[in-house]
Amino acid sequence: MTEPEQKAQTPAEKLEKTPKASKPNTFTVFLEEVSRNSLTVTILAIVTGLLLGGLVAVVTTETVYEAFKFSFGYGFSEAFRVLGATYSALFTGSFGQPEVIRAAIASGDWQQINIAFSPFFESLVQSTPYIFAGLAVALGFRVGLFNIGAEGQIFVGALAAVWAGTQIHGLPAIIHAPLALLIGGLGGAIWGFIPGLLKAKTGANEVINTMMMNYIAFRLSEYLLTGVLKDPTKAHPISATVDTAAWLPRLFPTPNRFHVGFFVALLLAFLVYLLLFKTTLGFQLRTVGFNPNAARYAGMSIVKNTVIALSLSGALAGLAGANEVLGVNRNLGVAFSSGYGFDSIALALLGNSHPLGVVLASLLFGFLRNGALRMQLQAGIPIDIISIMQAAILAFIAAPGIIRTIYRLKEPKETVADPVLSTKLKEQQP
Amino acid sequence: MTPVLELRGITKRFPGVVANDHIDLKLEAGEVHALLGENGAGKTTLMNILYGLYSPDEGEIFVKGKPFMPKSPSDAISAGIGMVHQHFMLVPVFTVTENVMLGDEYVKRGGILDRKRAADRIRQISDQYNLFVDPDAYIKDTPVGIQQRVEIIKLLFREADILILDEPTAVLTPQEADELFKIMENLSRMGKSIIFITHKLREVLEFSDRITVIRGGKVMGSVTPAEADQNKLASMMVGRDIELDIDKKPARVGEKVLEIKDLMVADAQNHLVVKGINLEVHAGEIVGIAGVQGNGQTELVRTVTGLMHPVSGKITILGKDTTHASPQEIIELGTAHIPEDRQKDGLVLPYPITDNLILNTFYKPPFAKGGMLQEPEIAKNARELVSSFDIRTPSIETPVGTLSGGNQQKVIVAREFSRPIKFLVASQPTRGLDVGSIEYIHHRLIEKRDEGCAVLLVSTELDEIMQLSDRIGVIFGGKIIKILPAKGATKEEIGLLMAGVESESKTPDSQPVSVG
Repeated sequence: MTEPEQKAQTPAEKLEKTPKASKPNTFTVFLEEVSRNSLTVTILAIVTGLLLGGLVAVVTTETVYEAFKFSFGYGFSEAFRVLGATYSALFTGSFGQPEVIRAAIASGDWQQINIAFSPFFESLVQSTPYIFAGLAVALGFRVGLFNIGAEGQIFVGALAAVWAGTQIHGLPAIIHAPLALLIGGLGGAIWGFIPGLLKAKTGANEVINTMMMNYIAFRLSEYLLTGVLKDPTKAHPISATVDTAAWLPRLFPTPNRFHVGFFVALLLAFLVYLLLFKTTLGFQLRTVGFNPNAARYAGMSIVKNTVIALSLSGALAGLAGANEVLGVNRNLGVAFSSGYGFDSIALALLGNSHPLGVVLASLLFGFLRNGALRMQLQAGIPIDIISIMQAAILAFIAAPGIIRTIYRLKEPKETVADPVLSTKLKEQQP
Repeated sequence: MTPVLELRGITKRFPGVVANDHIDLKLEAGEVHALLGENGAGKTTLMNILYGLYSPDEGEIFVKGKPFMPKSPSDAISAGIGMVHQHFMLVPVFTVTENVMLGDEYVKRGGILDRKRAADRIRQISDQYNLFVDPDAYIKDTPVGIQQRVEIIKLLFREADILILDEPTAVLTPQEADELFKIMENLSRMGKSIIFITHKLREVLEFSDRITVIRGGKVMGSVTPAEADQNKLASMMVGRDIELDIDKKPARVGEKVLEIKDLMVADAQNHLVVKGINLEVHAGEIVGIAGVQGNGQTELVRTVTGLMHPVSGKITILGKDTTHASPQEIIELGTAHIPEDRQKDGLVLPYPITDNLILNTFYKPPFAKGGMLQEPEIAKNARELVSSFDIRTPSIETPVGTLSGGNQQKVIVAREFSRPIKFLVASQPTRGLDVGSIEYIHHRLIEKRDEGCAVLLVSTELDEIMQLSDRIGVIFGGKIIKILPAKGATKEEIGLLMAGVESESKTPDSQPVSVG
């Protein structure tokens, strides 16, 4: 019963020889995990999507056709003019106009500088609810759950936050604002908890139930906004303005709407990262998501973890709603969310369900959406081009084969540990 | 006499690996030629070259003396070469006839299928070779053993003279396997030549005319069964001395660890599958449960480990009533479980080795502190276990899904054995593994027994049960029909019990067989 003699080296020796980089810090691991997701394809998908959107802008512009009627060369120059105008408006709308920024800095007037930079900050404001909601869906994806109900959870979160902001009085801002935010998150959590419990206890599919909870949330918001939460001084269904103490503080004077919600979102992205990859709870959640059989075998509770996961996901979406109410609108009307909850599914996909990826994807969407406003005003390009760009980017992300073919990229390299197995895999290929 | 088939210097390279390295092979007419080798030795690559699925980088093939280089399976088929793959290529909702015709249809005028003529032909083939296949039966209603014969008929229907069978016994019960070998004998007597690929030593010694052993893509030698024995073949396969016969010390039986009383378990469809089992396992002994797959052993194991709950009866582990306990409570008592399906239950395939090694201890110190995973400790644990359990991997961060089956199983064994355990449930612990890994795992199981651990071993491999167990319980139809001491028990006796036969005889085909 002797241990088998190793010819070359034992695995242990091999391991020791592998140069192990000094303990990588959390951030490099963070970055590495993102880049492993064939980052090149993602970037190329974004570039291609933007190009395609520009192309659609060109072919849907009347003046291009008229110019082509006149002459071919004139047509082309008009086409390029439209293309240029589209992208420059998109850029200046989302980042600000370089000449204005330069002039403002030269003048040294704070208010002018503030105004010059406000497009950039407005883009961040637009990105903030995306980050919250994107994290919500990404957390679900990571643990094998499809939370289609982010939109409803956003509504409930907003309702809960507006309740806390309008019905609680007399608290100092340092308590009231976080409390209102927290209550908003709690509202969303309840909206995630219900389908979570249904799934865990009865096996009811969470895709159906989170979606159905959306409709309940929409009707609930209409009921409350025409009832107890309605501002009696207004004719249409809209809530009263929340107490100033509950406002998420804005950092710059108007018209700059940049508020602390953005930092809360970034903090949460980091916390979600820690939760998923560094805690025992996250380990359980991911195990249940990857392989529920193995999770059960290892003694983990599927019921408990499913409920926790959907509640946390709901809470994140609820924070998106609370953030909008407390940071931007300061009151709540019906149909206040412009589909953040549905876009968030796309964001989670675009960001590979990784918190950092979600943040980057949310910034992209926020900047695009903000830039689109100016594009419409200045270049006369309808704002819907943005939806086409977003859709094209997502289609390319979902079908990386297209991008690989267009740019002649190589297939991702399979890293198979065992040479024996790699031959076996090959043998099985035909 | 020219051989029907000759391979000369066949070489096939894949990036980084030479799968076949100058392989020579001769197949005589009417010969049953076993191709023996571990998983990944290059057997299947070689046969795929012969079948036209790969083209070799070097080398020549001769069929009946004529050079032959197949470019596709249809070239191989027209040269009289047919192959039965390990996983059958049959359409379950089609009849035998339809399946056999598929790709080579008999048609009447106007493109209408001539099922009758095909069925007649199949009946004739079936009679000629004693295959007992009903051409009108649906595949989904046919047992696995018969399905395999349908695959063989497919080849005979296309008039193949050279039959390649890839791991033909992997899916069969011992009885079905014996019948297959009878059929192979018939076929060879009628002039067909057969190559069968396997890693089971007993089979090649009993049923082949010539054995060629392949290791690491090279031919290690070609022998007749008379010249070889199991240990010699195993050494040729693995490249070092293998101790297949385990001499274990007599069991030092201690306290009662597992007690099962009148256990009844129903499956998901609410059919009673465990019908009143009584069993005791003591410290320091291995109790083997022998039986054909699908006789309730899966449910028995799942109930003992808390993954299922019984309809009635009582389970006691180390004096604690665990009849309705959760898996975690049972693990906490000191129970380890090597699950039947390692990829489904035992591992999270996308996870690295590190995480798989803490799958059921992740919440305990030193792996967790205050709810946070302690990565340095987890990595240290992985490095230690990888080296002490000889897990072959490029790194501890490698996803287990990319490891070979043997190494995956070692990850499970390492995880389960590295915590203090008093009771081990091992279900099919060596299924699909190569000889080297089987030897390793067997020795580890015996080691645990000698340390005083109670072991409940469930296996459909009779050899394994007989080698390792101190007592053997035979399970049939949800009942343990007999428990007998391993010493003195014969294979024939247990084989008959496994078929549910105590005194009266029954045909093997009438027993329940579950696929996969």
